[in-house]
Amino acid sequence: MKALKFILIGILFGIILYKSEAASWYRIYEMFQFRSFHMYGIIGTALTTAIIIVQIIKRKRLKDNNGEQIVFHDKDKSITRYLVGGTIFGLGWALTGACPGPLFALIGAGYWTLGIVLIFALLGTWLYGILRNKLPH
Amino acid sequence: MLLEYIKQPWPWYISGPLIALVMYLLLKQGKDFGMSNNLRTMCTVLGAGKSSSFFRFDWKTQAWNLLVVLGTVIGGFIAHYFLSDGTPTQINEKSIADLKELGIIDHIQGYLPESIFIFNGSLFQFLILSIGGILIGFGTRYAGGCSSGHAISGLSNFQLPSLIAVIGFFLGGIIMVHFLFPLIFA
Repeated sequence: MKALKFILIGILFGIILYKSEAASWYRIYEMFQFRSFHMYGIIGTALTTAIIIVQIIKRKRLKDNNGEQIVFHDKDKSITRYLVGGTIFGLGWALTGACPGPLFALIGAGYWTLGIVLIFALLGTWLYGILRNKLPH
Repeated sequence: MLLEYIKQPWPWYISGPLIALVMYLLLKQGKDFGMSNNLRTMCTVLGAGKSSSFFRFDWKTQAWNLLVVLGTVIGGFIAHYFLSDGTPTQINEKSIADLKELGIIDHIQGYLPESIFIFNGSLFQFLILSIGGILIGFGTRYAGGCSSGHAISGLSNFQLPSLIAVIGFFLGGIIMVHFLFPLIFA
């Protein structure tokens, strides 16, 4: 039952990513050229709505469905890992037009070559895992 | 009538709040919204724990997120085959002209340029797809998140690290599109 809920949330997410065109390579291209409002509109309204949701949850001390208080975790303080890691991801995002969410939605839509991107994304994650202790964070 | 409307591309002011709704639904389940974590979990499932302690954790604690991924794949399938009228992405004329000049497209079809994503067996295509994948996998884990985990979850909780990460996303994207595309596709 619980499993079904997560699958349904995923289905909703996949449909939104696809229908919003956030999964379109072209939209990511023009976003990084700053020539269209579309992607900024999506991210901006998603973020604004999310800020309101987070504030309501914090102020009303809302609980999750298990009766536990919803808590937000602070991210570890650093600059290097976020800036360098973020830039590396940005290069890949612009090249393939896919961040990890849309990547899966596009595979579902039948674009099987994204499967190659996924396999190598797993390889990249694995590389990070074995090099992690040698990288500045 | 309604279905006809749904089949058109959705406007940004509908899509954005719906993405935040997904974050809310996950928070209500006691979970954090973040897609790239799944890549780590998949590595663990595939046995990466043998080579690095980074992958040594009980992946079953992350099974819920793998189910979200499964749903995302199904969602993409449903959206593509049942909820779309096949409208190609309508982007601005200048970007189309740039893409034509780079030789990436001669016209826009669907969501992805065929010259890169319809596999014709060329090493060039394979290199773009594989290098792109490595950059995504390595970069998201190094940065500790992607567009969902940092740009939506992190920023909505006013996390400075997430702002730095998002600045990095754009730095990388701008470098790729403005400086590397002309070198790669020339």
